[in-house]
Amino acid sequence: MYLELPKSLEIVVNQAHQVAKHVFRPISRKYDRAEHDYPKELDMLAALMDGLNAGSRNRGTGIDALQREQGCEQGVRNGANMSTCLGMTELCWGDVGLAISIPRQGLGNEAITAVANAEQKKRFNGVWAAMAITEPGAGSDSANIRTTAHLDGEQWVLNGEKIYVTAGSRADAVVIWATLDRNLGRAAIKSFVVPQGTPGMEVVRLDKKMGIRASDTASIALTDCRIPKENLLGTSDIDTKRGFSGVMQTFDNTRPVVAAMGVGVARAALEHARELLGREGIKVRYRGPLFSKRAAEAELIRMEAEWEAGRLLMLKAAWMADNGVPNSTEASMSKAKAARVANEITLRCVELCGGVGYSEQELLEKWARDSKIIDIFEGTQQIQMLIIARRLLGKRSSELR
Amino acid sequence: MDNQKIIDEVMGGGLRVLNRIADSPLVERLGLEARAQRLVYQGAKRAAETAAKAAKRRSPKRSGDRSSKPRKFDLNLSEEQQLMRDTLRRFADDLMQPAAREADDRSAPPDDFVDTFAELGAIAMAVPEEMGGAAEQVSAVSQMLIVEDLARGDMGLAYAVLAPLSFANALVHWGDADQRARLLPSLLEGDTTASVAVVEPHPLFDPSEPRTTAKKRGTDFVITGEKSMVALAECAKWFLVAADIPKTGPRFFVVDADASGVEVTKEPAMGLRSAGLGHVKLDKVRVGRESILGGETALKAQGGAAYDEAVNRARIAWGAMALGTSQVLLDYAIPYCNERIAFGEPISHRQAVAFMIADIAIEIESMRMLVYRAASRIDAGLACQREAYLARTLCSDKAMQIGTDGVQLLGGAGFIKDHPMEIWYRHLRSVAVMDGNLLL
Repeated sequence: MYLELPKSLEIVVNQAHQVAKHVFRPISRKYDRAEHDYPKELDMLAALMDGLNAGSRNRGTGIDALQREQGCEQGVRNGANMSTCLGMTELCWGDVGLAISIPRQGLGNEAITAVANAEQKKRFNGVWAAMAITEPGAGSDSANIRTTAHLDGEQWVLNGEKIYVTAGSRADAVVIWATLDRNLGRAAIKSFVVPQGTPGMEVVRLDKKMGIRASDTASIALTDCRIPKENLLGTSDIDTKRGFSGVMQTFDNTRPVVAAMGVGVARAALEHARELLGREGIKVRYRGPLFSKRAAEAELIRMEAEWEAGRLLMLKAAWMADNGVPNSTEASMSKAKAARVANEITLRCVELCGGVGYSEQELLEKWARDSKIIDIFEGTQQIQMLIIARRLLGKRSSELR
Repeated sequence: MDNQKIIDEVMGGGLRVLNRIADSPLVERLGLEARAQRLVYQGAKRAAETAAKAAKRRSPKRSGDRSSKPRKFDLNLSEEQQLMRDTLRRFADDLMQPAAREADDRSAPPDDFVDTFAELGAIAMAVPEEMGGAAEQVSAVSQMLIVEDLARGDMGLAYAVLAPLSFANALVHWGDADQRARLLPSLLEGDTTASVAVVEPHPLFDPSEPRTTAKKRGTDFVITGEKSMVALAECAKWFLVAADIPKTGPRFFVVDADASGVEVTKEPAMGLRSAGLGHVKLDKVRVGRESILGGETALKAQGGAAYDEAVNRARIAWGAMALGTSQVLLDYAIPYCNERIAFGEPISHRQAVAFMIADIAIEIESMRMLVYRAASRIDAGLACQREAYLARTLCSDKAMQIGTDGVQLLGGAGFIKDHPMEIWYRHLRSVAVMDGNLLL
């Protein structure tokens, strides 16, 4: 047992940290204020990330590098899942909104990697894809999707409305979740790649948000939107036994990455609060009873312990994925824990720093706004708890609802 | 400047420049985005290649410390550890769990319990071959796993058998040759028993600053103070007592239970009762210099470092205690909540109940990762003061929350003694209280 970061991943961590420090942090406030302005620095960054990945031959920080490793040839692996989590941690230490706006690193790319066939992977290589699941009437209960797809000759015709699509207006394409037959439930839900500019798909609005304002969140309307038959990801067969597992498997890989976002932003807040409090004479020492310390020091230590828990759960879930061990429960645990402590920590750091923490002169208040979404997207805290509880208790979703 | 620093600076500097280019309105106005992007791509690729090469050059020099192979994050246990786990789990489930209730009532372990445990050879497995034991390699992780698995049986009974094991561990880590030769054989044989006495009976106790003192009198030391919650207090032949030497700092002393001035009394508590808890009063107990753990050298700085390490090792041990008991609590609560019917269906169909189960599981995993990491750092030869402190901080909070939620899940059944839940609740309160008296 060895639970330190391997030397082999230090490069990835360092690269991502440099990006976070020198690219994200200097423009963090700028794009927080200028919501919906396109951060042009990101195009450079995308080129930079591609270059870094090509140069290090280590499937770098991109979410599209995520893959479930099948078995392990020799010994233990610290692979793409772990390096992606570590990279994302660093990027979100810089800025969560910018980190999830890097071109070609979208969630849709993850869906393509997970479900697409060889021909599709080739065809969509280099395409920046957003992911559209949520609808006005279906959020966490994604089995209840109303957007429909029906085959008309050689084309799929899509109709429906999608909301909360991250990078929905900036991405080259949107992966749309739609049902082939509402009567057949989850098994009939498939994903479709719709290139931006396809007639019938329209970005109808951009949401104004409390946090991650550098990231665009779009509402998309689909009205008789026609796409080639080959743009359905995976198979069009409706396998009621297998059901949802195909599309949902994507989440086992992405949840630790969302946990990483929480780990990153929480570390930013903790480090900065520690520095500001240090100037007031609060020093953190890992000795003596917690109750004999000044309250601020004790609180910093408590938060650090919670933060470490989120970080280590993330690493565990990623390690399992890298080594071909099923990790649905652990992926959900890491997301649930890291996200909730990230929100608690960022909020508490504002409180501990008082007016300075609350004011826009520091980024603490921004981090406390940004962190909230991490406990909501990719499955809310409550959805993660349901997943974990169902697994532990051996319950179906019809029993434990 | 080492390579990593150079890499950091080169990359950081490059990125600053690239960012400035990106930000320049000129690039946009001249329609140079595509070309600039290509430039950035090439620049980044080169920087990454340089970094990769530099890292490769650097690695063989640094990795000379333990093994030549670079270490990877790895949660796997060794075959030996897995084997030990299987054995101990059976011992915990089949022997300890059924004995827990009566031992709690009697405030003592069953008569033959300590002997039965000795037959498992756990002490021998902790003592290296050259000291008369059977261990090929002494491992903090292995020790921590023993604690976790025993605490799954019963935390009180675990405490009883871990006390002599902790005493043996201290001898292995820091004892001098004479002390090992004098004390280890009978411990290994299971003929005598011993215990560790660090915790003191006052609020805000700090193991780094014990009130118990050891003052020099000629070549001897005179120890005065009070120790609390000592396991097997009435049957231990020796105590490993933590005492502060004025102007030197805290050190361990081997004190004979029969020595003049040592007074042992029963000290029953909220939980851990089955460990045979006792209060040890030391009134001007005179011990020779050979009693300082580690001998003369312990008076120097390394003695202080050893003491600090013992504090860390105790914290990891109590964290592992919290883990084992919390896990068995969860394993008990799950079938109960599935079988208990209210309003026509199992109570586990309610989110209020199910979420409590999920929360317990999440926090057990949280505690586990922090405790495991602290222990694994010891085996890797890394400092673990911060990690052990954070593990203790987390376990202090979460273990009791799990204890109180466990009783809540069972409702009235959790409160009465027909179920083991109330014992676990009482045991789990000790995690935040005990800051010493065990060590890996």
